[in-house]
Amino acid sequence: MTEPTAFPADVDATGAMLAAHDYVAGRDLATAVLLALKLGRPLFLEGEAGVGKTEIAKVLARALGRTLVRLQCYDGLDAAAALYEWDFPRQMMEIRLSEATGAAGRDVLAAAIYQRKFLIARPLLAAIDGPPAVLLIDELDRADEPFEAFLLELLSDFQVTIPELGTIRAVRPPVVVITSNRTREVHDALRRRCLYHWVDFPNAASERKILSLKAPGCGEALSAQVVAFVQRLRGMDLFKAPGVAESIDWAMALSHLDAHELTPAVVDQSLGALLKYQDDIARIRGEQAAQLVAEAKEAA
Amino acid sequence: MIPIDASLADPEAGGKLPLNVMHFTRLLRRAGLPVGPGQAVAAAQALSAIDATNRTDVRAALATVLAQRHEQREVFDAAFDVFWRDPTGTEIARAMAAIDGMRRQEDAKARAASRRILEAMAGNQAPRPREAPEPDQQLDMTLTFSADEQLREMDFEAMSAAEIANARAAIRRMRLVLEETPTRRFRPAPNGHRWDAPATLRRALKRGELLEIARKRRRTRPPPLVALCDISGSMTRYAQILLHFLHAVANARSRVHVFLFGTRLTNITRQLRNRDPEVAFELVGRAVPDWSGGTRIGEALAGFNHHWARRVLGQGAVVLLITDGLDRDGGRDLSHQMERLKKSCRRLVWLNPLLRYEGFAPKSLGIRAMLPFVDEFRPVHNLNSLADLAELLSKPAPPRDGSFAWTPPQAPQQSPPQAA
Repeated sequence: MTEPTAFPADVDATGAMLAAHDYVAGRDLATAVLLALKLGRPLFLEGEAGVGKTEIAKVLARALGRTLVRLQCYDGLDAAAALYEWDFPRQMMEIRLSEATGAAGRDVLAAAIYQRKFLIARPLLAAIDGPPAVLLIDELDRADEPFEAFLLELLSDFQVTIPELGTIRAVRPPVVVITSNRTREVHDALRRRCLYHWVDFPNAASERKILSLKAPGCGEALSAQVVAFVQRLRGMDLFKAPGVAESIDWAMALSHLDAHELTPAVVDQSLGALLKYQDDIARIRGEQAAQLVAEAKEAA
Repeated sequence: MIPIDASLADPEAGGKLPLNVMHFTRLLRRAGLPVGPGQAVAAAQALSAIDATNRTDVRAALATVLAQRHEQREVFDAAFDVFWRDPTGTEIARAMAAIDGMRRQEDAKARAASRRILEAMAGNQAPRPREAPEPDQQLDMTLTFSADEQLREMDFEAMSAAEIANARAAIRRMRLVLEETPTRRFRPAPNGHRWDAPATLRRALKRGELLEIARKRRRTRPPPLVALCDISGSMTRYAQILLHFLHAVANARSRVHVFLFGTRLTNITRQLRNRDPEVAFELVGRAVPDWSGGTRIGEALAGFNHHWARRVLGQGAVVLLITDGLDRDGGRDLSHQMERLKKSCRRLVWLNPLLRYEGFAPKSLGIRAMLPFVDEFRPVHNLNSLADLAELLSKPAPPRDGSFAWTPPQAPQQSPPQAA
């Protein structure tokens, strides 16, 4: 692993660093990222699904030359899956071997089988013990409260105590990014330890820039129409407003359909790339879509 | 970790900024944001890490530390604007009033606190000669409610005291045990079905030989409980009692969310968390604008489905829907919203006080629209029915095959309550 890149010095440099890795960030977000790096605090990102919360961690890992360690949260996530686990089959093998060679007593055996090489590092331990890392704790809201409390302890000292082995401390603390889609409120205690940033939908100009980077196959004129259409859609009272990820998908879908401009017909065909609930699709398809297309074309 | 900049420890060297940050955090605290001293220090650190002359950056930096929730951002921004325009504090009292208005729905306790502070500040401040006040659009956001809604402040003392006291004591004794659902975690159990390899090894090493196999089984835990309670005019008397029930439940276990609805939907989970029932109901009374008004069940459910269902119905939630089903809108959009609600939870129980009447028949449009989508339909009008409910919820949910069909029970129902 190469030596990680130094942290950027100011907000402009942070924005430039993210931009260099194809991430269009508003000044607010760049400030939050800079502070997370400089103050060594976890960055806690909330926002609608598909606004690029996870992406920021990936980009940071690339830009800073660190490994990305990702922990995907789910209900019932436990220490064996998140932190570490003993490699039981290999330990048994070791015991059999020492029995075969007629090796010594219990203490020697215990010391032999509880070694670092029999420890399977899961994401949290890997982020502390391995090479300098960006630790992405993704969708924390999906994990349950006990896990959150466990995380609290880890994030305050970046050390792990393993009863059989002792305490492992991070030589270089990982950069931590936590994301949440708000399917559950994350507890105040955890929020207090983090820097909080709400990732909003981008404005039209930023979204056009994102599309030109992420869906280059889609022409400029079409991109502008896509953005205008999606931005209008977000203003409507939908069950799930489309995120940036959906606009990128849709732009790519449209370019695969060889569309050069939005028409009501092509919108109806490809609406499934943008809206993921039948209620929303039924509401937009047809007349409403035609009207939005007309408005979007005028605006673009 | 970055060492704290020396200039921060010494306010003289760092200029006025640290002092201002301190004043600003005080203002936020008064506005009801939970800002602790740790965050004040972090805010000062944050400012030392950026260019503190750039107002946009300062705002963003302070927000990452001091506004910990998206809902708090509005209050934060308003406070920031006022403070940085006039940090001497003369205008802050006026800002407090505006902040107050914005937060009306959100947090009654803090609102009361900020009003007290506002009064305190007004007391020791001389009236200040000033130019004509500039109208500030951003701050003029006091909520206005439509005229047809009855903005009645609920008075809990109006209840017949002796009866309520008895009922309350009984409710406190009630235990709500939900049928537990398995999680992905394990716990050691001598008669478990699974082999716990690491524990077996540890035990064998302690004893020197492999004597017994350690076992484990899945942990179970009760699912989240979400209560949606109707507080319209026809439900008032039941809502009062049921609030006691919900308060007891919300304080006895985790993962309980309580919503009230009449013409609008209010989340009162935080208010109910207060252990003291009197304080809790006082807070609820202030947070809820539409006691004893009409009901728009469809609209309330639509609001719940849209804004809350995805946030509180995860992990196999059980929903208690407490309403008489008498809908002012005649059941418009109701079956659609009920269908969505049913599909997003594991078990949907409808508690209807009207069921106590003999010969109850689902005639109203609202009731007919809702009935096919519930898993269970139960009366809730006296302590016995609450006890039955607790019993019911501790048993497995009925299978979800086809839509629910309610048949009136054969046995005679309870007579209407003695005293009106």
